[in-house]
Amino acid sequence: MPKDGGIGASTVRREDIRFLTGKGRYTADINLRGQAYACFLRSEVAHGRINRIDTAEARAMPGVLAVMTGADFAAMGGNPAGWHIPSRNGEAMKEPKRPVLAHGKVRHVGDAYAVVVAETLEQARDAAGAVVADITELPAVVDMAQAVANPDLRVHDEIANNVCFDWGWIEDNRAAVDAAFKAAPHVTTLELVNNRLVPNAMEPRASIGDYDPGTGDYKLYTTSQNPHLSRLLIAAFVMGIPENKLTVIAPDVGGGFGSKIYHYGEEAAVLAASKALNRPVKWVADRSESFLSDAHGRDHVTRIELATDLEGNFLALRTETLANVGAYLSNFSTATPTFLHGTLMAGPYRTPLVYVNVKAVFTNTAPVDAYRGAGRPEATFSIERVVDKMCRELKLDPVAVRRKNLIQPDQYPYTTPVGLVYDTGNYPATLDKLIQIADFSGFEARRAESARRGKLRGLGLSTWIEACGIAPSNLVGVLGARVGLYDAATVRVNATGNISVMTGAHSHGQGHETVFAQIVSDKLGIPASSIEIVHGDTSKIPFGMGSYGSRSLAVGGSAMVKAVDKIIAKGKKIAAHMLEAAEDDIVFEDGKFSVTGTDKAKTFGEIAFSAYVPHNYPLESLEPGLEETAFYDPANFTYPAGAYACEVEVDAETGRVEIASFACADDFGNVMNPMIVNGQVHGGVAQGIGQALLEAAAYDDNGQLLTGSYMDYAMPRADDLPMFTVDHSCNTPCTHNPLGVKGCGEAGAIGSPPAVVNAVIDALHRGGHTRVTHIDMPLTPSRVWSAIQN
Amino acid sequence: MHNFDFVKPSSVADAVRALSAQGAQALSGGQTLLPTMKQRLAAPAVLVSLTGIADTKGVRLDKGALSVGGATAHAVVAKEARKHYPALADLAGGIGDPAVRSRGTIGGSLANNDPSACYPAAVLASGATILTDRRSIAADDFFQGMFTTALHDGEIITGVVFPIPEKAAYVKFNQPASRFALTGVFVAKYGSGVRVAVTGASANGVFRWTEAERALSASFTPAAIAGLSLPSDGMIADLHGSAAYRANLARVLTGRGVASAH
Repeated sequence: MPKDGGIGASTVRREDIRFLTGKGRYTADINLRGQAYACFLRSEVAHGRINRIDTAEARAMPGVLAVMTGADFAAMGGNPAGWHIPSRNGEAMKEPKRPVLAHGKVRHVGDAYAVVVAETLEQARDAAGAVVADITELPAVVDMAQAVANPDLRVHDEIANNVCFDWGWIEDNRAAVDAAFKAAPHVTTLELVNNRLVPNAMEPRASIGDYDPGTGDYKLYTTSQNPHLSRLLIAAFVMGIPENKLTVIAPDVGGGFGSKIYHYGEEAAVLAASKALNRPVKWVADRSESFLSDAHGRDHVTRIELATDLEGNFLALRTETLANVGAYLSNFSTATPTFLHGTLMAGPYRTPLVYVNVKAVFTNTAPVDAYRGAGRPEATFSIERVVDKMCRELKLDPVAVRRKNLIQPDQYPYTTPVGLVYDTGNYPATLDKLIQIADFSGFEARRAESARRGKLRGLGLSTWIEACGIAPSNLVGVLGARVGLYDAATVRVNATGNISVMTGAHSHGQGHETVFAQIVSDKLGIPASSIEIVHGDTSKIPFGMGSYGSRSLAVGGSAMVKAVDKIIAKGKKIAAHMLEAAEDDIVFEDGKFSVTGTDKAKTFGEIAFSAYVPHNYPLESLEPGLEETAFYDPANFTYPAGAYACEVEVDAETGRVEIASFACADDFGNVMNPMIVNGQVHGGVAQGIGQALLEAAAYDDNGQLLTGSYMDYAMPRADDLPMFTVDHSCNTPCTHNPLGVKGCGEAGAIGSPPAVVNAVIDALHRGGHTRVTHIDMPLTPSRVWSAIQN
Repeated sequence: MHNFDFVKPSSVADAVRALSAQGAQALSGGQTLLPTMKQRLAAPAVLVSLTGIADTKGVRLDKGALSVGGATAHAVVAKEARKHYPALADLAGGIGDPAVRSRGTIGGSLANNDPSACYPAAVLASGATILTDRRSIAADDFFQGMFTTALHDGEIITGVVFPIPEKAAYVKFNQPASRFALTGVFVAKYGSGVRVAVTGASANGVFRWTEAERALSASFTPAAIAGLSLPSDGMIADLHGSAAYRANLARVLTGRGVASAH
């Protein structure tokens, strides 16, 4: 059993007290003396040429301090793309400049082209209404197929056909894959859409720029998942200011789901405005702005083919995908549909031959980037839907087919045909566990009971795997990343024996303050309540890469363990000195340093105090102080995996789908806090069910966002969801990080959409609607009913 | 939101006078108007609150009919109409969420006549009478198309009188995002016949499905309308459902309303 508060305990989240009692400190809660307010002007057309922006009237309005337009930022750098993805023919990807504010052209509805700064927010809004923008509307490119096919429609004048890159993975395997398809006894083809989503973090984006004219230092408070990366992008790429003259603080952040990984133009704009005015400038997005300008997620159109023999053994898989990147490249938008998607197309299966083709397409829509799962939900959805379709075509049992194609436990390390090496896992175990916890054997009775109430019941299955703990710098470097993906931690033991841990990971709801304290407590044998976790402020924390891609624990947590190990090593040196023993004879256990084989010992507190009161230290061999920093760069991704089952009831008369039950059997490696892991799975599955049944960002042909508010964008609510059954007992610890952990943050959003859709198709088939082979997400009542009618 | 003046009269006469001012706008529960003002899509000079007038609030039985004051909140109707007209209470209790039900009023909903609102279905299916500061208007004359009613500028709904049916039901199919009625059907059976009103479906707002009314007046059973269908011409088509889908919903929900009427 775990020690109370240590590794493996379901310690209650310490941060919830402040979050639930309104004492969190979010960017919008911060008010600096003398701050002014910014209001951005955003394009109302999807595509237009800016002829003139007349700001004279706005400048003369009460309280107005400044009106800045794209021209004021034209000399600044663009917001860069973080990964370079070359095309199949070796050409570099197309990287149009993404300016702070649109200049020359606006390229999507919501594209900011000017900012008004005034004494009050209302004055800024009033003056924004007085800015006269002469913009000639141009034809909008919204549909990807049309964007690629019509050379006259261009989002960026210099990019014909709107293609950012045409990527093949792995290009050298293409001929072999094609040959396998030619020879295959059976080929299943499916065309599907992975629907575009709006992230909808509870806290909208917000930024305060605070320039200090006395020191020349800039400070930015902002809603970021990775303050150091934002600092690097703003300082080195966009504004051209020294990195050490910019502090980025991401205080409490209310959810991100990916959308707050990226640097956005508003951040640079408030910094520049603050410098121009010598006063802080604050901007808080309203919900409408969030819908229009946060980076959206998903938005793939895919054709997937699966070649099998007649017994359902997978022979080859190939896909062609159009991936929408929107009007500009957001920081990781090129990595998401490629190295977070194409490399996962083997799934947990032994498919020997896989080829993936992805064309990234510019359109006159908001930028699209990583959103919870990021590429891996798209891969999982494609695979699990085509496997289900194949089983139906060949009249095979979907459980048996999956089971026999899974990678077996004795095959690790397993090299996939799409470039990854899975270190460990046990996919048959999670599948077996799922069948048990979801009570597959009782399904028929439940189906009959549903039928008595006039409902069609269906059972859907999916397996999933992801490469997460997004890291190894050497690997991602080979794959085109322009950043390293290590993380860092500093453990500072204070003189009185309590501890401050500075982490490069960032918590925006995950519960890091609780879990990281559990880990350090467990390793050092001191109470978690004596450990403070500090994150989010570049002036306090070591250079880390933030939180996304389920990496905080696997990478940031490992850095912390490494730093703790250094503390223990230093503590042994100090103990050896104090106890007059050889360093090699010192053992550390339960918070005590002792001389092996004796009762001579010093507590952790005594060692800490001595480190800061080193009255008799041999200074040539022992430094005072007890503070250590470690950087951790793992050897590989981690590979959590699992199997999910969903049962639905379909009302055939109205097309309404109700989730009757949802079960998850996951392998996350070692689990640090089961309660938090359960919560992560619950949240992820809720988002996956949202994608499957409810959510869709829809643009009309003119590029107007039709789902720009909660009146039309359907978020999952408590009564849309069942009680979840979650199990993570089938764990195979990661082989290459010190905690044996894998990552659980994205799992639910990755594994659940295909389980839901497979369940609905199953229900329809069992109900006699056997011509329905696929329905695109979200499976709204109207779509399901229409599918039944046709 | 832009600045505005705010008055809260305590009598209908004072409210009518206040509404005659330039740029005046009546405010009841504000569940539509206030978000619109916050988005700066409406900027009235004067808001005249109708919620300070005591005799336009409350639910009472009056000569066998249920009288609901124009400024009565949905939550109050959900509670106080329960004993006399349960289907009406069901409808009121299913509007929006608790916050909406505590502020939103029946008079505000009817004056706005949102094509997806719930109340118009109850009022039309009940053959209710809308009382204003100056006259009575029959439900059949009141609703005149999407966001359009028989009210004149500055006319205030002071109450609604509902004849109480033998049996009735409101069946609402939620639009998944807003949870307004994607389509809602109110079925009410009176000694004089059955009335069926459909909201959410038609581009002209709430309407009576007279063919179903005839069939159900002859036999108040789901089977009586099983063979009927509504034409999809004129139905709303949007992201959440095609015209044919809404026509289908109206038919299905009518059957379910008949089956569950109480």
